[in-house]
Amino acid sequence: MKTDVVQTEKNGPDVYREDESLRTIEKTVLSEYKYGFVTDIEADEAPKGLNEDTIRFISARKSEPQWMLDWRLKAFRHWEKLATEEPKWANIKYPPINYQDIIYYSAPKQSAKPKSLDEIDPELKRTFEKLGISLEEQKRLTGVAVDAVIDSVSIGTTFKEQLGELGIIFCSMSEAIQEHPDLVKKHLSTVVPITDNYFAALNSAVFSDGSFCYIPKGVRCPMELSTYFRINAENTGQFERTLIVAEEGSYVSYLEGCTAPMRDENQLHAAVVELIAMDNAEIKYSTVQNWYPGDKQGNGGIYNFVTKRGICKGANSKISWTQVETGSAITWKYPSVILKGDNSVGEFYSVAVTNNHQQADTGTKMQHLGKNTRSRIVSKGISAGVSNNSYRGLVHVGKNASNARNFSQCDSLLLGDKCGAHTFPYIEVKNNTAVVEHEATTSKIGEDQIFYCNQRGINTETAVALIINGFAKEVMNQLPMEFAVEAQKLLAISLEGSVG
Amino acid sequence: MLTIKNLHAGIEDKEILNGINLEIKTGEVHAIMGPNGSGKSTLAAVLAGRENYEVTEGTVEYLGKNLLDLAPEERAGEGLFLAFQYPVEIPGLSTTNFIKTAVNEVRKYRGQEPLDAVAFLKLMKEKMKLMNIDQSLLSRSLNEGFSGGEKKRNEIFQMAMLQPKLAVLDETDSGLDIDAIRIVANGVNKFRNKDNAVLVVTHYQRLLDYIIPDFVHVLYNGRIVKSGPKELAFELEEKGYDFIKNEVIEVSGE
Repeated sequence: MKTDVVQTEKNGPDVYREDESLRTIEKTVLSEYKYGFVTDIEADEAPKGLNEDTIRFISARKSEPQWMLDWRLKAFRHWEKLATEEPKWANIKYPPINYQDIIYYSAPKQSAKPKSLDEIDPELKRTFEKLGISLEEQKRLTGVAVDAVIDSVSIGTTFKEQLGELGIIFCSMSEAIQEHPDLVKKHLSTVVPITDNYFAALNSAVFSDGSFCYIPKGVRCPMELSTYFRINAENTGQFERTLIVAEEGSYVSYLEGCTAPMRDENQLHAAVVELIAMDNAEIKYSTVQNWYPGDKQGNGGIYNFVTKRGICKGANSKISWTQVETGSAITWKYPSVILKGDNSVGEFYSVAVTNNHQQADTGTKMQHLGKNTRSRIVSKGISAGVSNNSYRGLVHVGKNASNARNFSQCDSLLLGDKCGAHTFPYIEVKNNTAVVEHEATTSKIGEDQIFYCNQRGINTETAVALIINGFAKEVMNQLPMEFAVEAQKLLAISLEGSVG
Repeated sequence: MLTIKNLHAGIEDKEILNGINLEIKTGEVHAIMGPNGSGKSTLAAVLAGRENYEVTEGTVEYLGKNLLDLAPEERAGEGLFLAFQYPVEIPGLSTTNFIKTAVNEVRKYRGQEPLDAVAFLKLMKEKMKLMNIDQSLLSRSLNEGFSGGEKKRNEIFQMAMLQPKLAVLDETDSGLDIDAIRIVANGVNKFRNKDNAVLVVTHYQRLLDYIIPDFVHVLYNGRIVKSGPKELAFELEEKGYDFIKNEVIEVSGE
């Protein structure tokens, strides 16, 4: 077990010169969060606070079957027991959250549940269009199906019929509970038990919506599946629940995106995502997370406390997480893979950007249980402003996992001299045939790199974008092509005006 | 094209350039020679607009504009190019992508449409042949893991791609073996024409065997102490910089 911490501080003789160049670069651009608008729409909300009645309210609003309500109540009672045990080990700081001051259910009022995409409230459609997400199928990027979730409910899913012809189920979680209860019952919380951790218990009690994907045996999903999460209502928390099951020999690539309005108070997004890959199945899960990060003084922003875990249940299966994390005031997130099937493969590719007062404690867990299992971790942390960026990862090799192989690479890039980059890699090996490698680097964007670009006619803003994207390239290459360009732009935007 | 008058500049209160006067006309090749610490690289950096150098006195006029008023990227847009003594590495950024960005940023500055992928590739193929540079080098990360020779060839290749009006070569020969020097010099010779100008900054005369200058200037203690035709370079090579130093001491002693 090893901990190495790199912290830059303002000292040394070069401070004045660096300050000077910092200012020059800061002047170049002052960017604003582009998705900070609020949609004015009437909402159906639960009363503030969290107790059994809240759970019953949510369950009733969703017309859930009794088993689901019981499951929620069980989770709630467990959460109550944990109430004093909110995790404190992460390298993040925030004032205590008052869980009684949050609205746990908020849904845009619609006269009746829309039967087709045409019946969705135009105001909601416009909201998503403003975010660059069209719910008109013919206008969508070819090859991408979308489930649009606003606050606590999904408002529509595109391409359902086409996917249905192949036996693929892609719908909101609420709908899956109604339409496919057996599948949900069989798989829900088998990867992340309701007792897994504080936020997982909370999510299980109050989860609102998310996506359900089921890829039947031998089917290669012909398009990207994606869910777009939007927080709109004030004082609410969003509790996303997503479950993806890939049966034997199937393949699916899934992507989620997230945004929220600019507000002074912090809002909670506590999600649970579970992935299950059977024999020879492959799941590729990508996230472009751009929740509102708070203002430059550190007011407001989303607390993004997420439990994401996949299990390679079958032999030769593969789960690959790719994340581009640019938003949120605080990110607490460790997409993990349990490598249970022999010869299974787990991958984690991450770019986490923190600017201004943002804090991120993110990484992964690779649990090698089966034989000849392999995992690969590539983490790129970029810190700017007075932010703090930590990589925390665990590579565990169980005693039966002979010939397990892991390679981890954690690189940190510092912009300016007031931010922090930290690496907390944990390695536990119980089988002596395992090979585990860990590499780490820390670097700074150099004045000379920027000057070199300037001399070739490239302005500082573009130069920074080139350097950042170069640094993050290995991860960006993992994103589905339709989103890679967007993600590159997003990286540049989140760091505008922050480089030195 | 370039008129430098009484240029004084330095870094952190230390004056390095001590009243430089120099005039370069279109179509000319000038060489600046001088011992270590004479201010050669500082002159190149000041012309390119490196931020930490401060100009305390004097003027630099370039194509009718006050060069010192322009930001580094504007100078590049106006056709000023610096081949770096130590080209910088940018991991993950492909050389091709970097050059394409540079070419199109310069075009944007000049109010021209950006080159599309096809036109850019065509231009690149043409210049690659000219500079004897390999495609594999251009798909690698910018200067990362390049040998000294590859870095300098890449600089000259970028010059060919950007087609500047004034190219300043800062110690482009340093760290190169004779074959690499020939390749680089060959690239410069193919570049020079009656509409552009080149300023070669070098410590050794050997580069000037291949890039024949019209004028040679000797820089010493931040001033040009002697100027002459290309033969001056041979004289320096033969007698060493001490001969200049002695001359300067004699002059100031009078």
